[in-house]
Amino acid sequence: MFNPYLPYPVRISDIRVETEDKMLRSFELEFLHEKDAKAFTYQPGQFAELSVPGLGESPIGIASSPTEGEKLLFTVFKAGTVTSRLHTMNVGDVMGVRGPLGNHYPLNENEGKNLLIVAGGYAVTTLRSTMIWLHDEANRSRFGNITFIYGARTPGMLLFKEELDAWQKCSDLDCHIAVDFEYPGWDGHVGFVPTVIEKVTPKPDNAIALVCGPPIMIKFTQPVLDKLGWKHDQIFLSLENRMKCGIGICGRCNVGHQYVCKDGPVFTKKELDQLPNEY
Amino acid sequence: MKCRVLKKDELGGLLNSLQKSYSVFAPTQDAAVPNKTVWTELPEDQLPLEHFVNTDMSPKNFLFPQTEVMMHFSTQEGTKPPIFSPEQESDKPRILWNVRPCDAKALSFMDMIFCQDDYTCDNYWAQKRDRTILAGLACNAPCPSCFCSAVDCGPHHTEGLDLLLTPLNGTYLILPVTERGNALIAHLPEADAKAETAAADKKIAAEERVTHNLRGFSLEKVEQATLIEMYNLPYWDRVSETCLNCGTCTFICPTCHCFDIQDETKAFQTDEGRRVRNWDFCMSPLFTLHTSGHNPRGSKTARVRQRFMHKLKYIPMKNDGAIGCVGCGRCVRLCPVNIDIREVAEHMNTGAEHV
Repeated sequence: MFNPYLPYPVRISDIRVETEDKMLRSFELEFLHEKDAKAFTYQPGQFAELSVPGLGESPIGIASSPTEGEKLLFTVFKAGTVTSRLHTMNVGDVMGVRGPLGNHYPLNENEGKNLLIVAGGYAVTTLRSTMIWLHDEANRSRFGNITFIYGARTPGMLLFKEELDAWQKCSDLDCHIAVDFEYPGWDGHVGFVPTVIEKVTPKPDNAIALVCGPPIMIKFTQPVLDKLGWKHDQIFLSLENRMKCGIGICGRCNVGHQYVCKDGPVFTKKELDQLPNEY
Repeated sequence: MKCRVLKKDELGGLLNSLQKSYSVFAPTQDAAVPNKTVWTELPEDQLPLEHFVNTDMSPKNFLFPQTEVMMHFSTQEGTKPPIFSPEQESDKPRILWNVRPCDAKALSFMDMIFCQDDYTCDNYWAQKRDRTILAGLACNAPCPSCFCSAVDCGPHHTEGLDLLLTPLNGTYLILPVTERGNALIAHLPEADAKAETAAADKKIAAEERVTHNLRGFSLEKVEQATLIEMYNLPYWDRVSETCLNCGTCTFICPTCHCFDIQDETKAFQTDEGRRVRNWDFCMSPLFTLHTSGHNPRGSKTARVRQRFMHKLKYIPMKNDGAIGCVGCGRCVRLCPVNIDIREVAEHMNTGAEHV
């Protein structure tokens, strides 16, 4: 009988320190068994439970795209017991991954549309997955304009710098990278994400927006999108809550009748308007 | 499948023969506390109780143990993968004898929670459920705190059961509900019309008795109101003033199913250990606390509201109206500050009427 709690064993194949404060590291994981790699089929926006034996599990968004091959990428903020231990682990160490879990960004469901992608801070991870997926040759032609807006506190706090450089050079992607304040040597946008959106003025016609960031960014982004004429069923947000089972049973991540782990993490703004603010 | 009759003095013989292939559990008198019953394995030649107040702890523990080993792990050098190996389930079949219909319905409700679809199918629950036969005892004398009839259950309800025994004068009428239940009693004599009528009369009398406990219990308006309207009722502040957040109601509740997952290792030997799950409860601030310090249900009001909204609004919204309560009355009996879910439901319903 299938055991949804049993993690797949994986080996850490690469570790990369992402930010200047060294609080974010990206872990590249490879499956120990080929059959597990085949079973782990996911889409951008989904997450998985990273399992560190002896300490427990932590739900983390998948930063890699299925178009990149069988290795998985997770960018992890050092915060609690599991993620702190993870930050001390080395290439070659064995751990577990359980998933993929949750729903995903509705990309295939919105073929032919323009996309606005808004990321703040280290919530950019599943949107990296989305961008890589969209930029894959099998997918790019199926969508209209892609506008990517991403803000971090300082240039040193931006994740995935190589990818950002590559995307900015692409003529078929409209990338706007911002930092909160003026910084020596920084020639990109300066200001908070909502301000940048106001400047870029993305049009809501035949479009959807994917928004992922800290609550404060979400709070101030919404009125800007409202002003630009975006409807609440065009806006998709990704939530996070404390989780254990990851499959809609254990009872802690619910927002109203919806479980963030199973019914989410991606919800439309319209759905969230009908739910209490318990996230 | 036909109803059967069993003389009460032949019950011991039936149980003894069942005990050859099954472990048989039943509510028995607690050794220390008068009028308190506990679920225990029935020793051979001991008859189960016929008249008893329902156990404080529901039988959910048999399928969803308070603490349960899920898997073992080892990351020691030289360990061959897999590093996680699942706990092996025992396959000894068992019978829960004299389950109350409310508790059986609760287990059937939990089937819906633990096994929702192909992916969300809790194998630990499903395997235990498969090897557990439920022989129910119809409730002829419901307690004053019972309100099963108000929540789509009843004192002779058969949902979730394999068999239902109705105590009559000197005999039991046994109604087979499932094939596997029927197989246990097919050798008994068939019931005559008189016995079946007697059982039907008992059912009507028991239901009549429960009606006195209902105090006009209704969730009609709660169903019609929106989630946000119910969530914003001013009443939540009031009921949370009384609540201690002790969690007693959640542990004794036969439908509460929240759990935590933890890793256990021996001191100084962290490369080997086991992953366990434990009952957890929504009254604890830690239950929803983010690592960042943010807590989506940081106030007592939010946590009390969660428990009642989950049972009476969220679960019905998600499961075609199925209510997350079976009316067993345990929380009414055992709440240390006398919060009565019937009263809460009433306030929710009248509150919903005025939004």
